[in-house]
Amino acid sequence: MADNAEFRFTEEQQQLRAAVRKFCADNFDEATVRRLMESPVPFDVKVWNRLGAELGVLGLSVPEADGGVGGSLVDQAIAVEAFGATLACGPLFGTVYLAVPALVASPAGPARDELLAQLVDGTRTAAFAVADKAGAFDPASVTVTANGDTVSGTVQRVVDGAAADEIVVAATGSDGIGLYAVDAKDTRRTPLATLDLTRPQATITFTDSPARRLAGPEEAERVITHALQVGSALLAVEQVGAAQHLLDLAVEYAKSRLQFGRQIGSFQAVKHKLADMLVDLEHARSTAYHAVWALTDGSDDPALAVSIAQATASAALSHIAADTIQVHGGIGFTWEHQAHLYFKRAATDAALLGTAEQHRSRVADFVLDDASAEGGTRVADGLPV
Amino acid sequence: MSTVADAERVEDLARRVVAEHDPKNVPIPEFLGACYDAGLSWVHFPEGFGGLGLSRGMQAVADRILQGAGGPVPLGLNPMGYGMAAPTVREHAQSDDLKKALLRPLATTEDIWCQLFSEPGAGSDLAGLATTAVPDGDEWVLNGQKVWTSLAHRARWGLLLARTDPDIAKHKGLTYFVLDMHAPGVETRPLRQMTGQAEFNEVYMTDARIPDSHRLGAVGNGWNVAMTTLMNERSALGASGSRRGSGTIKDAVALWASRPDLHTPVMRDRLSQLWLRSEAQRLTSERSRASATSGGPGPEASVGKLVGALLNQHIYEWCMDLLGPEGILYDGYALADGAGDAGDWRGPIQQRYLRSRANTIEGGTTEVMRNILGERVLGLPGDLRADAGMPWKEIPRG
Repeated sequence: MADNAEFRFTEEQQQLRAAVRKFCADNFDEATVRRLMESPVPFDVKVWNRLGAELGVLGLSVPEADGGVGGSLVDQAIAVEAFGATLACGPLFGTVYLAVPALVASPAGPARDELLAQLVDGTRTAAFAVADKAGAFDPASVTVTANGDTVSGTVQRVVDGAAADEIVVAATGSDGIGLYAVDAKDTRRTPLATLDLTRPQATITFTDSPARRLAGPEEAERVITHALQVGSALLAVEQVGAAQHLLDLAVEYAKSRLQFGRQIGSFQAVKHKLADMLVDLEHARSTAYHAVWALTDGSDDPALAVSIAQATASAALSHIAADTIQVHGGIGFTWEHQAHLYFKRAATDAALLGTAEQHRSRVADFVLDDASAEGGTRVADGLPV
Repeated sequence: MSTVADAERVEDLARRVVAEHDPKNVPIPEFLGACYDAGLSWVHFPEGFGGLGLSRGMQAVADRILQGAGGPVPLGLNPMGYGMAAPTVREHAQSDDLKKALLRPLATTEDIWCQLFSEPGAGSDLAGLATTAVPDGDEWVLNGQKVWTSLAHRARWGLLLARTDPDIAKHKGLTYFVLDMHAPGVETRPLRQMTGQAEFNEVYMTDARIPDSHRLGAVGNGWNVAMTTLMNERSALGASGSRRGSGTIKDAVALWASRPDLHTPVMRDRLSQLWLRSEAQRLTSERSRASATSGGPGPEASVGKLVGALLNQHIYEWCMDLLGPEGILYDGYALADGAGDAGDWRGPIQQRYLRSRANTIEGGTTEVMRNILGERVLGLPGDLRADAGMPWKEIPRG
C-alpha cells in the first residue's frame, strides 16, 4: 500500500528523487552513456552493484520479508523516472521492470527467495524471456518446453538478454505453463543489433538447460500478468522521465539559439510547438502516475489504467522526441547531439510491451463496447419544437 | 493550528449551518447568507468577510458537507461574483465597510456580478481597451462599449477596466472600478451569436458615473488588479473534480452506444483517441488539484483550458461526422426568452457543435494559452511588441 494519496509525494519520496537524480548525474552523464552503449557489456557492473547495495533502488517495492525495503511501487517509479531522464545504463527493463515484480508475485521458495534477494542487492541481473502480446500474457506465444528440471527452446528478442546473469522464462511442461529461472551460463545467446544501443536485445536458446521453477501452472498466469502490468507502468514512467529531459533540452535551446537577431523561442511557431510538447508531457505524467497508484493501492482496474498510461506515454514521448529534433534544427540530427539517443529510446519504448495503438485498441474494448447510451444529449431532428 | 484541527473546525461550522438552515427547506439566499456569516463562503478570506483565515484547501472540506446536504454550488449561480469579484473586492476595495457591503449580497447571490473587460477593439490585447474614465470631482465619467458580457442584464455590479490616462503606455493608463449596472447611462443589449442564441451582452456606457469610492486599487494600477481577477478566473475554472467518462466525452460515448448502425472502425478509433485525451486531461486536473492543496499549482494547472477547449471542438466534430446527414438538422434559430443569459446553451448536439467554436476564443484564445504556457510555464521569451512603450493614443488601432 502507498501510504500517500494519489499524486501526492511525501517528503521522503522527494528526498529519494533528489538522491537518484544526483546518482544518475554523477554516473550516467552523456559521455558515460555513449561509452557504455558501445561497450561489449553495455553497463558498468560496479555502478549497478551500487544502485542495489548503496542506493537500494532496484527493488523498492519488494516487501521487507523478501529482502526489500518494503516501499511501494510509487517509490520505484520515482527512481525509474530519474533513470529515464538520463538513459541510465543497465538491465533495468529485464531486472527491475519485469523480473523483480514477477518474483515478488511468485510463491516463496528457496529458488525465488535467493534470486529476488540477489536482484534487489544488485549482485545479479535478469532478463524476462516471456513473449507478450501487446503487453498481455499470451500462452500461445510460449516457445519453450519444460521437461522435469530442464527447459528447451528459443525465445526471440529478449531485452537485456545478452548481459543478464539469470533468465526468467515461461515454459510449457506436462502440467501446463510455469515460470522458471535459468542461469544464463546454461543458455546460448545471440546478441542482436538494435536501433537503441542503450537497450540491447538477444535471442536466447535453451537446450536441456537446468531450470528452477518459480511458479507452477496454477500461478504462472497471475504472476506473469502482474509482471507485465508493473513493467508497463514503470516503462510509462521511464518515458515521462525521458520526455521531461527532452522538453528541458528543447526549451533551453529555444532560449539560447539566435536567428533573425532573436531567440527562436520568441517565435510563436516554435513557442507553440513547445507548449504542445508540455501538454503531452503533463498528460503522460498524469496517466503514468495514475497507473502506478492503481497498481499500488488497487484504486482502479490495473489493466485499464496501464493501457491508458501506455497509450498516452508512448505517443507523448514519440512526439516529444521528434519535435525536440525539429526545434534543434540541423544540430539535432547529428550523431554528436544527444537528441537521437532519446529518439531511439522513444521508438524502442513505444514498441515494447504493446504499442500506443495496441493499448488504445484495448482501451476501446474496455470503454466503448459496453458503453451505455444513457446520459448523452439529444440530437436535434429539425422538427418544430 | 494543525490541519486536522482546522478541518474539524470547518466541518463543525458546516454541520451547524446545515442543521440550522437546511438547504432543502430554506431559500438559497438564506442558506448562502448563513454560510457567509459562518465564514464558509471563502474559508481563506479573513473572518468577518465570509472567511476564517484558513488555507484554501479547507474550502473542499466545507463544500463537501454544504453541497452534500443539498446546498447549491454558488459558483454556478454567481460565477463572476464568486470566481472573480469576491477575491478582487476583498483585496482592493477601499474600506472594510465597502467590502462587507458588497461581499455579503454577492455571497447570497442576491447581487449577481458581471465582468466588463473585453471590447470590440480589445480582445486578446486587453490592455489596449478604449473605454474612458475621466475624473469629475469625486466621481468618474465613463464612455465606451464592452462586449461578451455574460449576465450583464441580471447583474447588479460590474467589474470594469477603463482607461484613465491615454497619454502613457497602454498597461499603465488603466484603472479598475466597480460599476453600478443600474446607474443612468449604462445600457445592456443582448448579443446574438452563431448558434442563434444570446448568452452574452453588449454594454454601452454614455456619460455614466462612478463614485471614486468604487475604484479598486490605485489610479493607473488597473492592470495589476485585473491580473488578480484573471488568475482567480483560471483557478476557478479548473478546481472541480470529475468522474471518468463524464463531461463532453459522455455525449460522444452515449451517441456511439445508441447508434450501432453507424459504427465503423475509423469512427471507433477516432472516438478512442478522444476518450484517451479526455481521460488524460481528467487525470491531469486531479493531479493539479492534489498539488494545489500541497504547495501550489504546477504546470499541469495551465493546460486544462487549452486542452478542454480543443477537446470540446473535436468531440462535437466527431459527433457530427458520425451522424452524417442527420446532423445537419437543427432546432431552429428563434431567439429564446432570457436572451443574454448564459447557462441554457447546452442544447442538442448540433447546438453544442456550433457553440464549441467559441471555446478556443473565450477566456483566452488557444493561441494566447499557448503563449502563456510557453512564456509563464516554460520561461520562453516574449514575442516582439510593435507597441512597446508607446503612448496608448499613438498605437495604431483597427
